[in-house]
Amino acid sequence: MTAYIVRRLGLILLTVLIASMVIFIATQLLPGDVAHVILGQFATPAAIENLREELGLNRPAVVQYADWLARFVTGDWGKSMVSGYAVRPLVLARLRNSFMLAILAFSLYVPLGIALGVVAAVNADRALDRALSALTMTFVGLPEFVSGLILIGTLALSWDLLPANSSISPDSGFLEAFPYLVLPAIAISLTCLGYVARMTRASTIDALRSDYAMAADLKGLPRIQVLLRHVLRNSLLPTVTVVAVSIGWLFGGLIVVESVFGYPGLGRLLVYGIQHRDLTLIQACSMVVVTIFGFANLLADVLYGVLNPRIRFSQ
Amino acid sequence: MDKSTSQSEGQTVLEIKGLGVIYESEKGPLETVRDVSLKIGRGEVYGLVGESGSGKTTLARAVVRYLPRNGRISSGSVLLNGIDLLHLSPVEMRRVWGAKIAMVHQDPSAAVNPSLTVGEQVAEVARIHLGLSRGPAWQKALEMLAKVQLPDPGAMARRYPHQLSGGMLQRILIAAALITSPQLLIMDEPTTSLDVTTEAVILDLIRDLLKDYETAVLYITHNLGVIANVCDRVGVMYAGRLVEEGSIQQVFKHSLFPYTMGLMGCVPRIDVVRRGILLNTIPGFIPRPGEWPRGCIFAGRCPIVEEACRDTPMPLVEREPGHLTACRRWTGMDRVQVAFGIKDKVAQEHHPASGSTWLEAKDVKKYFGTGSSWLTRALKRRSTSVRAVDGISLRAQSGATVGIVGESGCGKTTFARCVVGLEQPTAGEVMLDGKRLGSTWAKRSPEILRQIQMVFQNPDASLNPFHPVGTSVSRPIMLRSRLSRSELDLQVRALFRAVRLPEDYTSRLPHELSGGEKQRVAIARAFAASPSVIICDEPVSSLDVSVQASLMNLLAELQSSKETTYLFISHDLAAVRHLSDRIAVIYLGQIVETGSAESVFAPPYHPYTEALFSAIPIPDPDVHRERIRLRGAVPSAAHIPSGCRFHTRCPRNIGTICEDHEPPWQDAGDDHFIQCHIPFQQLRAMQNAKADRHAVQVRAQA
Amino acid sequence: MHLGRPWLRLGKSASTVFGFLVVFFFLVMAFIGPFVAPYKYSDQTLAERLQPPSAKHWFGTDALGRDIFSRILVGSRDVFLVAGSGAILAILIGLLLGLSSGYFGGALDEVIMRMMDVLLAIPPLLLSMVILGTVGPSRVNVVFVVGFLYTPMVARVVRSVVLDVRTRGFVEAAKLRGESSAYVLLREILPSVLPPLAVESSMRFSYAIFLVASLGFLGLGVQPPSPDWGLMVGEARTWFSQAQWILLFPAGAIALLVVGVAFMSDGLRRILLPDVAGAG
Repeated sequence: MTAYIVRRLGLILLTVLIASMVIFIATQLLPGDVAHVILGQFATPAAIENLREELGLNRPAVVQYADWLARFVTGDWGKSMVSGYAVRPLVLARLRNSFMLAILAFSLYVPLGIALGVVAAVNADRALDRALSALTMTFVGLPEFVSGLILIGTLALSWDLLPANSSISPDSGFLEAFPYLVLPAIAISLTCLGYVARMTRASTIDALRSDYAMAADLKGLPRIQVLLRHVLRNSLLPTVTVVAVSIGWLFGGLIVVESVFGYPGLGRLLVYGIQHRDLTLIQACSMVVVTIFGFANLLADVLYGVLNPRIRFSQ
Repeated sequence: MDKSTSQSEGQTVLEIKGLGVIYESEKGPLETVRDVSLKIGRGEVYGLVGESGSGKTTLARAVVRYLPRNGRISSGSVLLNGIDLLHLSPVEMRRVWGAKIAMVHQDPSAAVNPSLTVGEQVAEVARIHLGLSRGPAWQKALEMLAKVQLPDPGAMARRYPHQLSGGMLQRILIAAALITSPQLLIMDEPTTSLDVTTEAVILDLIRDLLKDYETAVLYITHNLGVIANVCDRVGVMYAGRLVEEGSIQQVFKHSLFPYTMGLMGCVPRIDVVRRGILLNTIPGFIPRPGEWPRGCIFAGRCPIVEEACRDTPMPLVEREPGHLTACRRWTGMDRVQVAFGIKDKVAQEHHPASGSTWLEAKDVKKYFGTGSSWLTRALKRRSTSVRAVDGISLRAQSGATVGIVGESGCGKTTFARCVVGLEQPTAGEVMLDGKRLGSTWAKRSPEILRQIQMVFQNPDASLNPFHPVGTSVSRPIMLRSRLSRSELDLQVRALFRAVRLPEDYTSRLPHELSGGEKQRVAIARAFAASPSVIICDEPVSSLDVSVQASLMNLLAELQSSKETTYLFISHDLAAVRHLSDRIAVIYLGQIVETGSAESVFAPPYHPYTEALFSAIPIPDPDVHRERIRLRGAVPSAAHIPSGCRFHTRCPRNIGTICEDHEPPWQDAGDDHFIQCHIPFQQLRAMQNAKADRHAVQVRAQA
Repeated sequence: MHLGRPWLRLGKSASTVFGFLVVFFFLVMAFIGPFVAPYKYSDQTLAERLQPPSAKHWFGTDALGRDIFSRILVGSRDVFLVAGSGAILAILIGLLLGLSSGYFGGALDEVIMRMMDVLLAIPPLLLSMVILGTVGPSRVNVVFVVGFLYTPMVARVVRSVVLDVRTRGFVEAAKLRGESSAYVLLREILPSVLPPLAVESSMRFSYAIFLVASLGFLGLGVQPPSPDWGLMVGEARTWFSQAQWILLFPAGAIALLVVGVAFMSDGLRRILLPDVAGAG
C-alpha cells in the first residue's frame, strides 16, 4: 500500500513539474513577443528592449524557467504587471472565494450525480432511465455560461428569487456570501452532474450484471442489501476516479461562471489577467490551479487504494 | 452409489414438469428449453449433461427463476417439495433463494464480491436465513470453512477473494451454499474453471460432504467423467430437450439414445485411447434455437434414423425400470455402436517418425520482471521475477508430435511462445534442423517464419473479425509466392476442403462461423504457409466435446498426409495421448517427466504425473481408481520452492532431500526420463504393487 | 461488427434520431447558410437595433442592428470549421500517437503517455485561454489549440484499443507469417480501432463546440465581427435585461448542437460498441 502511494505521489509531482514547464512555455516562450504584447502596438523598440532586459527575457529559456520555478516554489510569485501589487496575497484571497464556490458546487453535484446514476442503472432501459439519460445528456451539453445565463434570466431577473450578480466584496465570509453563491454553484454543478451521473450509471450497470451480483441475489439476501453491500460497494470504486476527473470540469466551469456572475474568484482573476496580459498573474493562477488539481488526483488515488482490497492488501 | 429407486419413496424434492423457456431476440421468440420433466429425490445427486447450446444452464436459471430480462418460462411447473415455484411472487422467491435452494456457479473468482472478506460472504447467509446475530453467524461460518477443509478457518475467513486461489474460493462458495442445509443444491459446472488436480480434490469434497446432507443436488456439467464419479442418476440434454435419463450404470453401460452413445465415444479416455486410433465424432451440428426440426431433435445427425423419426417427435418414455429415452428405435442400439464405429474403429495408419531431430529447444528460460514501466520499477525497491519457464529442453522428430502437458500457470504456453518467437527467451535457444533461430519473430527470416506456425487457443480471437475467412487463409500463401487471383483462390479452396469446410465459406466473416469452424479456419491458415512445424496451443480446449473429437481427428489426418511436426500443448492428458508420440509433463516451468507416449502412460511415473492420471475423472462407473491427491495449491511462479519444486505438494515426499536438493534426471530406459529423488525402480515397484492391490479388490467385488 | 441491420435499430431511439437530425441540419446550414440567410451576417441597420422577433427579423436584431437569425445560420459554418477542424486535428494526431504508442511500446510509449498525462493535468479551458492569450486569438489559433488539447484523450482511447487487440491471435498470426509492421497496424489492428474511435470522435466534437463557445463567450476565441455563437452570447450580456432574445437564440443554438452531437454519439456507440454498457 505504501509503495502504491509513493508511486502515485512521485508520478503526480512529476506531472505537475512538467505542467509548470508547459505553463511557462505557454506564457513566456511562445511566439508573440511578450514585451511587445505588454507594451502594446505603439511601443518603441527601445522601450521593448528595456522591458526585455528588466524581465530577464534575453536569458536562455532554461535559465528563465529554473529561476521562475525556484521563486515560485519559495513563495515569491512576483508582482502584477498591471497594478504592481504582490501577486500572492491577491491570488490566495481569490482562491479562497473560488474555494467556497467550488465546495458548494461539489457538495451539490457529487451526491446528486451518484444518486441519479444509481437510480438510472437500477432502472436500466426502462422509462425512468431513458428520461434521466436524456436529462443528464442535456446537462452535459449545456455550457456553463448558457445555464448560468438561463438561471439568471429565470430565477433572478424574472422571479427575483436570488441575486443576479455575485460581485460581492472579496473578503466576505461564507454565510454572508451564501445567497450569492447559489446560482453560480448550480450553473457549475449542472455540467459536472451530468458527467458524474452518466459514468456512475455505466459502472453500476456493469456491477449489476456481474456474476457476484447474481450470486448475492441467489443467496436470498434482501434486495437492498445486495444493492448496497455487493453492487454499490464495487461500482462506486471507479466513481472515485470519475469524481477526480470531474474536478477538471469544475475548474473550467469556475472560470466561466465567475465571469458570468461577476464573482471575485480565481477564475475571474485569470480572465482579467489574460485580458490585460498580466504575465505574473496568469502564471500564478495557472500554477495554483494545476497544483490543486494534481493533489486532488492524488487524494483520489489514495482513496481508491484504501477502498480497493486488491491494493490495500497487495502482497 | 446406486440410488435409482430412492425417488419412488415419496421423497421427491424437486419435480420439474414440462418446463419450457423462451428468449426474446431480434429475430423473435426463440425456444431454448422444451418440455423438460425430471425428478430429484432427497439426498440424490442428479447429473445434467449436455454440450453448449443444450439449454442446461437455462434450465437451471429457470428453476431458480433468475432468467435474464428477455427470458421467460413459457410452460410447465417447478415443484419444490410440493410448492410450485412459478407461482411465487418475487418477494417470496427471494426467501426461497439461499434458504431452500442454493446455487454454486462456474467461475468462483467472478462469483465472489471482491470487496468483502470471504468469511463475511458466508456469514451473511447465516444472518439472513438462520436468524443468527453477528457473533454466532461468524462462528457458524468458521464451522463451515472447516467442513470444506480449508486450513486455519479463523485466518482464512478474514482474507479477501483476491488473496485466494480458485479452488479455495470454490470451497467458500460451497460453504455458503450448504450453510443453511438447503433442500436443493444446484451446481453449475463448479469445477470447469479449475485445474484437473484441484478439480479432483473439490470433487472428492463434494462427494464426501453430500453424504452428510440430505440435499437433493442438480449437478450440471459437460464432463461425462465427472458425472460418472459424482452422480447417482444422469439426464442427457440435447438442443433444449431431455433425451435420456437413467442411473449411472444404465446410461453409461448401455445407453438407449444415439446421441449419448456418440457423446461417450467422442471423449478420449485416458485408460483406453492410443495414438493412431481415431476418435468418434458425431457428424453435423446442434440445431440452433429457432431451427429445431419437426420430428426427433437428433434426426439430422442420427446414424439409425428412419422416416418416422423425422416426422413425429418421441416423448421421454420409460423403457426399463428407471431408464427413460426419447428414441423410438431404442431396441436397436447395437447398430448405433457399429454406425458410429465405436467398437472397431479403424486405426489410423500411423508411421512413427524416425530420423533426426527436426525441432529442438535447449534449456529455454523465460523470466518476467514484475513492474510494467521503468518508473514503477525504479520506485520499487526489490523486484521479484516470475520464472515462467525455467530451463526446458526437448526434441521433436520430423513428422512426429510432441505433447506438452501441464496445468495452468506451468509455463507451457509461454514456452510455446518462445519457440514460435512471440516471446524472447531470457536464455536458451531454439533450433530448426540444427540451425539456431532468432530469439524473436522479428529476428527471423521470412523463410524461417513460414516454417513454424501456430494454432491459438481462443478461436474467437484468432481470426480478424473484419476480414472474410478466405482472406485470412490466403495471406500466408500470398506472402510467399506470386500467384494470380484464380490460382490463389484454388489453393484456398483446397485448404478449406482439407479442413472439411464448405468452399463457399471463404467469403464469410468469422462471426458467422461456430467455434469449431473458426478453429478449422485457423488450422487451414496454419497449413497455408506449408510449415514444417505447427504449434497447437490448447487448440480444442474451449470447444464442445464432439467438436474437439473431430478437430483432433483432423489434426491427426493432416499430419500424416503432410508430415508436419506438431508441438501439441494441452492440459488434457487424454487428448495429448491421442495425438502424441512423445510427451513432456511440465510443472512450474520445468519438465518433470518425458518419454514416448506409451512409456509415460505406464509406470514408473513421476509423482506429479501419477497425480494427474489419478485426477482425471473417467466416464465409466465401473472403474475405481486410487485417489492420489495433491496438497495445497500450485505455488506462484514468483516464489518457486527450493530443491524439488514439487516437494510442497508431493504425496511421495521423502523428506529433507526433496526440500534441499534439485532432483536428478533418471533414465528409466527406452528414452524415458524422470526427474525425481526416488529411484525409478522403486517408483515402478510401488506403482505396480498398487495396481495389483487394486486388481485384487476389483476381482473381490465382482 | 455487422452493419445493415443495426442501422435500423438506431431509428428506434428517439434521442438518436433527434441528434442526427440536428447535426444534419446545422451541417447543411454550414454549407448553404450564407446563401439562404435573409440578410448578410455583418449587415448593420442601426435604425433597427434591438428589435424583438418579428416577421421581418425572425429572431430579432442585436445591438448593431444585425439580423440574429442570419447570424445564427452563418455561424454554423464557423462552428463546423473551427470546432470541427480542431476535433479532426485532434483525431488524426491522436490516432497516430495512439497507434505508435500502443504498438511499439517501450520508451516511445512512456514518453508519449507522460506527455499526454501532463496535458490532461491542466484543465482544458485554462490551458487554451493561456495559450490564446499569448499567441493571440484568431480562428487558426483556436483550431490548433483545440487540436492540441484534445489529442491526449483520443490517443488514450486509441492506445488502449491497440493494447487490447495486439495480443489477439490474428495479430500474432500476422506477425508470424512475416507481415510488415505497416500491414499489421493498418490492416489488422486499425479496423478494430475505428469503431471506438468513431464514438470518441463524435464526443470530442461536442466537447470542441463547447470549448470554442466558452472561449468565444470570454472573448478569447474567435473575434468579432464573426458570427461565432459564443461570441454572440458574450456580446449580448450587456443588453440582457432589455433584450433577452439576443442572448437566448445563440445560447439555444449552442446547447442544441452540443446536445444533438452528444445524442448522435450515443447512438453511434450503441451500434458500433454494443457490448459496452455506456453512459446512457
